[in-house]
Order: sequence, then structure tokens, then C-alpha cells
Amino acid sequence: MNNNDTFEPVIIGFTCNWCSYRAADLAGTSRTKYAPNVRLIRLMCSGRLDPTFVFKALANGADGVMITGCHPGECHYIEQNYKALRRFHLMRRTLQGLGVEPGRVKLVWASAAEGAKFAREVTSFVEEVRALGPLNWGAGENGPVTAYHSTRQEALA
Amino acid sequence: MEKIGVYVCHCGTNIAGMVDVQEVAEWAASRLKVRGVVIGREYKFMCSSLGQELIEKDIKELGLTRVVVAACSPHLHENTFRTACKRAGLNPYLCELVSIREQVSWVHTDKDVATAKAMAVVSGGVERVIHQVPLEPMKVSIHPDTLVVGGGIAGIQAALEIADAGYKVYLVEREPSIGGHMAQFDKTFPTLDCAACILTPKMVQAGTHPNIELLTWSEVEKVDGYVGNFTATIRKRARYVKTDLCTGCGICWEKCPKKVVDDVFEAGMGTRKAVYTPFAQAVPRYPVIDRPNCTYFLKGTCKACEKFCPTAAIDFTQEDELITVEVGNIILAIGYDTFDAHRIAQYGYGRLPNVITSIEFERLCNASGPTNGEILLKDGKTKPKAVGIVHCVGSRDKNYNEYCSAICCMQGLKFAHLVHERTGAEVYNFYIDMRTAFKGYEEFYQRVLEEGTHFIRGKVAEVNNAARNKDEEGKLIVQVEDTLVGVQMRIPLDMVILSVALEPRHDAKETAKRFGLSCSADGWFIEKHPKLDPVATMTEGIYIAGCVQGPKDIPATVVQGAAAAARALGKIHAKEIALEPFRASVTEAQCSGCRICNDLCPFNAILFHEDKMVSEINAALCQGCGTCVAACPAGAISGTGFSNEQVLAQIEGLLLLNVDKNAVPV
Repeated sequence: MNNNDTFEPVIIGFTCNWCSYRAADLAGTSRTKYAPNVRLIRLMCSGRLDPTFVFKALANGADGVMITGCHPGECHYIEQNYKALRRFHLMRRTLQGLGVEPGRVKLVWASAAEGAKFAREVTSFVEEVRALGPLNWGAGENGPVTAYHSTRQEALA
Repeated sequence: MEKIGVYVCHCGTNIAGMVDVQEVAEWAASRLKVRGVVIGREYKFMCSSLGQELIEKDIKELGLTRVVVAACSPHLHENTFRTACKRAGLNPYLCELVSIREQVSWVHTDKDVATAKAMAVVSGGVERVIHQVPLEPMKVSIHPDTLVVGGGIAGIQAALEIADAGYKVYLVEREPSIGGHMAQFDKTFPTLDCAACILTPKMVQAGTHPNIELLTWSEVEKVDGYVGNFTATIRKRARYVKTDLCTGCGICWEKCPKKVVDDVFEAGMGTRKAVYTPFAQAVPRYPVIDRPNCTYFLKGTCKACEKFCPTAAIDFTQEDELITVEVGNIILAIGYDTFDAHRIAQYGYGRLPNVITSIEFERLCNASGPTNGEILLKDGKTKPKAVGIVHCVGSRDKNYNEYCSAICCMQGLKFAHLVHERTGAEVYNFYIDMRTAFKGYEEFYQRVLEEGTHFIRGKVAEVNNAARNKDEEGKLIVQVEDTLVGVQMRIPLDMVILSVALEPRHDAKETAKRFGLSCSADGWFIEKHPKLDPVATMTEGIYIAGCVQGPKDIPATVVQGAAAAARALGKIHAKEIALEPFRASVTEAQCSGCRICNDLCPFNAILFHEDKMVSEINAALCQGCGTCVAACPAGAISGTGFSNEQVLAQIEGLLLLNVDKNAVPV
């Protein structure tokens, strides 16, 4: 089991193809370092984000979910990131209803030019989730889900 | 079960330096064997032809049905690997490229952690590609017409290239004439060609070309559609001049009693009339009436222009006209604004009369400018005896713009030469670094050095008129440290020219938004790739040329104009383009007709069949964002390429739920 001293949160991040994925690319090309706890999924648009994806990630072992997209008004699909915004607020309320800290889901706008911002937001979100501790959702009959391996040894174990 | 090949790229040491690629490949082959991975390989450069052949060979020999490549960003090489798969007979969409360079090796610092993350990323890719289905690209036709926005030298060049190739161009310019900033200049570095002499023939060519429809005094208001099929709405502002009757004789502006300071073309150095063309060689030759300054529009009387017009071309009742054009490609060449020198108060611009900006100096030394090319002080009669040129005003300065404006060094040298030649004055260049890259530039620098121009390396601290001794009386005093000798200097001058930074257009952001593009943090439009694709944008079918992409000089601008035209022509010639087949579709049997999706689509791609009470998605209009897929409460809408199954599987993969814990490493 994780304890808080060695707890490394695992974060699933959703990016849109046009802005935030490219922000992640830019963070890479400019060699901006950030916490390795995030694993990204590319969608075409933040509007594609089905809340099911978020709950699925949390239920399957993620400790937090980061949703990213183009800035309001800059969506490649005109206005679909506003729909992501609406769903984000709904998801946070639903999570609260389920007894999960709403702070485990974060929404970040990042343009294709904001590699540094993307990196900064990932690192600060990892710390926020670390402060919340492990989620351990789905730790039922089948035992706790351990999704994180911080070293090769653990991965190979 | 699928047969999956996993290929891990070293990218030289870019990936292999931080990720144990061999271990990732072996891990995938053993731990993900239960998921169908039959082979895991690593190779120095997967994108090389040998790397691609490796994949092709495995597809043929091992009968792979899915391919996962762990390498750089899909925005770089997705197409490379898809094409390789296609060559080997595998549907290209059954190949998934996951990024372990931009998202792993370049951003993390611990090799253990990075390797572990790379494994998770590969696992996510494997799960996602299992649920991918073979797709065929969608073919759409390319409308042969092109819209060029901005009539400066970049836009003119682009328009001429396309028009000469035999295709129609709409060239939109918001000022009354094309020509842009270049038309304001006197000479051009390093050859000292007269700007008008080399530009005006091109302007006339653009104005008379049978394939170019010139829309000056106009702006693009709205753009819809996608590559090959854009619809642009253009506002043609009322000129109050009937262009079919006007001959451009100029009687109207001779007779117009209203003088207006010309802030645009003359940069505030000269005047024009309320009915005007910005300069003598304007294209088109028809004037416009500047409504906010016209006596008739202000007071209801005057109409001098109308009375004297020999062809009855003045029409005060004209109104703005909205026209829509269909085009296949768009080239944006909207240019730049110059830095407002008022912002650096210590340089005294606006307060000290003989402190002027570079663009004002261009007008001052231009033979068709307000002084007919005589370099004179503000009193209009005195020739300066000592002139200072301050470089990097608003550029290379953390307080304003961090970037280098690229043209100021050469422009400063040009000014030094012109001042020296025409007035014999002493000239001082105050510079941070002299940057004279490109052909013929260094030679020009040597020439100006030999002419006896003073070069002082130091950022000017202040320009003031507070004399401390007799020599300084009535002079502008430049306070500067010569950093090469480490001495503070006070240099008395008659005229100071501020080489102001090039900045993005004040409304560049709105323009970017209108065309669905993004701007960098500085405000310049972002190119698709800074080195390999500098004129394309993230939006297929929209290109950028000239200073809209970043500060650059005339040769580089012309190159980009031509390059953008070549890209558009390539599309036009191909007649059709294959688009990513990522589209949403409704499974009729599952649709409850709730219509929730109907209002979510900004492209009006979803229509509702009242008779069957189901929604249907028009694939030609659908842009593939997937918002309706996420919203459908019945799960009746599915999206190709990014289906629920794929994303949910990728989540499981990234969280390593799929890993066979008992497998032994191979």
C-alpha cells in the first residue's frame, strides 16, 4: 500500500489535438521539465471528453484527472471547450456527491504557445493531488488497484 | 486476437538517453503478449527508411494487424508510419504513434521514472489501437480560387504567383491602396534600390492582372468552412466613389478644402485631403472619402469633390457592401504595426520635436514625402549636423518585447548612409549588437563603417534637452555608456531616430480567432513547424506569409509570399485532398430522438428527421470534434478514430490494468 511519504499520485491527462497537446509538445521541444506522474490521452477536442472517461480513470486507479483544452474563444471547433467547461463543473459536483474530493479533477486552458504553462500546471496539480493522498477508488473485493510504478524494478516486479 | 508490433525509437539519444528503450521493447513483448503483442523492437531512428522497412517487413512476415510506434509526437511523424503501414498492405489507421520523446524523455530527468512512464504510454497505445477500426480518408474537392488577406509585398507576391499560374485570387486590403509598409519606404537595404521603383510595377501588375480581384478598403469579417471549401464574408467599405466612372484624375482631392494629418501612410509627417489616395502611385487609383473627416458628412454642405468631378463619380449615398466568396485556400499576410515610442518616456518621443521614429524618418527622406526627400529638422528648414540612430527601441528589451525585430540593424545602417549622403552630418549608431546576417548585409555594414559613421555599443539611457554647457545648448543630448570602453558619454545631436520594434498588428489576435489560428505569446501567428513548415498553419488550407509570422525583412517576406503561394497551388493542382476520416455518426436504432446533440454542433452538421424522430450527422459538415459523441445519453453516436471503446481502453492501458504480471521477460 502507498503511504503518504512515498505516495506518487498517478494522473490521467486529457488533451485536445489543437492547443493543449501542442502545448505538451512545446514543453517537450523546449525541454521544460515537469512531474512524470501524468499520462496523456489525445482527444480531438476537450468537448469530446465524456465524463465517463474521468470516472473510469478514477475508478481504475488514477488519483487525479487533468482536463486541458484551448482557451475560451480559441477553440478549433469554435465553442466546444465551453461544453467541456460545463461538464467539468457538473463532474466536480457529482464527485462531491460520491464523496470524492472535487480537487482531484482539474481544468486547464493551454494554448499551443503555452508549453511552460502546461508544465507548470502539471507539476502543481501533482502536488495538489499528493496533498489529497491516494484515492484507492475501486479498492474492493479485487483488492486495491496499484497503477503507479515509479521505477523499472517495480514495473518489472 | 490482434497481432500487434511495438516499435520503440531511440531518436539517436533524444529518447534513448533518458529511456531504456531496449527494456521498454522487451517489456512490451513479454508483459503485453496476452494483449496480442507479438514483437517488440527498438531501433535507432524508426522514421528512417530502414526503420520503416523494419515495420513493413514485420507486417508482411509476421502478419501484424496493428502497429504501435513509440517515438516522437504524432504531429511530426504520424503520417510517416501510417504511410509505411499502407505500403505493407495494412490500413494506415491501424497504426498508433505514441509520444515518448516530447512527453517523456525531453521533460523528465530520472531514467528509471522515465522508462516506467514510457512503458505505461506504450501500454495505452496498444490498448487504444486494438479498438481502432480500418478507415479510409475522406476526399474533398479543392475550390481553385484563393483568398489573400493583406496587400503588402507578401500578399502581392503570393497573389501574383497564383494568378500567373492561371488561378483566381481575391486580394483583400483594408487601406485604400495596396503596397503596405514597403510603399512608405525610401530606399531598401542593402542594395539601396528605391522601394517605389521596385514595388510599384508589382502593384500595377496585381491591380491589372485578369486573375486578381482587388478588394481594397475592405476587410474579411467572417470565415466558414474547411480546406478546399472556405466561404469568406468580406466587407467592402463605402468609398463614396463610383469606381466604374472614376478615372483617378485627382481633381477631387485638389478641390477638397479639408486637410487631414495622415497618420497611416505619412506616419503623421504629412497631410492629405478628406478625399484621397494615400500616395501618387496608389493601386487602385480611385480615391476614398474619409467619412469621419469629410465636411459634407460632418456639416451637410460642401460637396466640392462632387461639383468638380468630371465624370460624376462621387456618390455620397454609397453604403458598405458585404460580399461572400468561395475559396479553397487562404493566405494571410497582414503584416505588422510599429512599436509606440511614447511607451519609453525617457527617449522623449512626442515631447522633444526632433526625436522621430524610423517609419517617420522613412517618410522624411522619401522623395515623395512631406519634405520631398530633404532631411530637415522639425522647423522645416535646418539641416541636421549630427544625427543619432537608436537601435532596439522596444525590441530585445524585457520591458517591452524580448524578441529581436530583425530589420533594425540594417535599417540603422541604411539611415546612416542616407543621412551621411544627403546632409553630410555626423551619424551615431547606438546598438546592443550589430546583426548583419544574409547576403550582402555585412558588406553594407563595412561600407557604412568606411563612410565614417560612429558606432557606440550601448543601450541609450536617456534623450533629453537639458544642456550642461555651451556645446549642448539647443541640442538633444543622448546619455549612453560605451560598453566597449566602459565610459559614460553625453552626445549632443540635432536629430534622434528611434528604430522602433515591429509588433503584431493591434488586432492580430481577433484576426487569428476569425481564421481559427493561434498566436504565440508575442502575438505572431504560429506556423505549423518553425523550421520545416514555416508558411503553413495548424489549420489545413490556411497559410501565413511575411511579418504576420514574425519580424523579417523584405527578401524573407517575398520568399514567404511565394512559398505560401506554392503551397496553395499544390493543393489547387491536386484538385482534391484526403482529410482525416474522424467523423461522428448516429446509429439510428439507438437514437431516442432527444435532440440533445442538435444544439451542440457549431457546424450545423446534425439534422433531425421529424418523420423518423432520429438525428443524423452530415459527414461533409462534421469536423470530428466529438462533442456530440460525449453528450449522447443513449450512446447512439459514435466517433471514428476516437471512439469510446478506444479511449476507455487507453485509460486501462495507461493504468496498466492490462499487464500480465506473471510473464517472464524474453
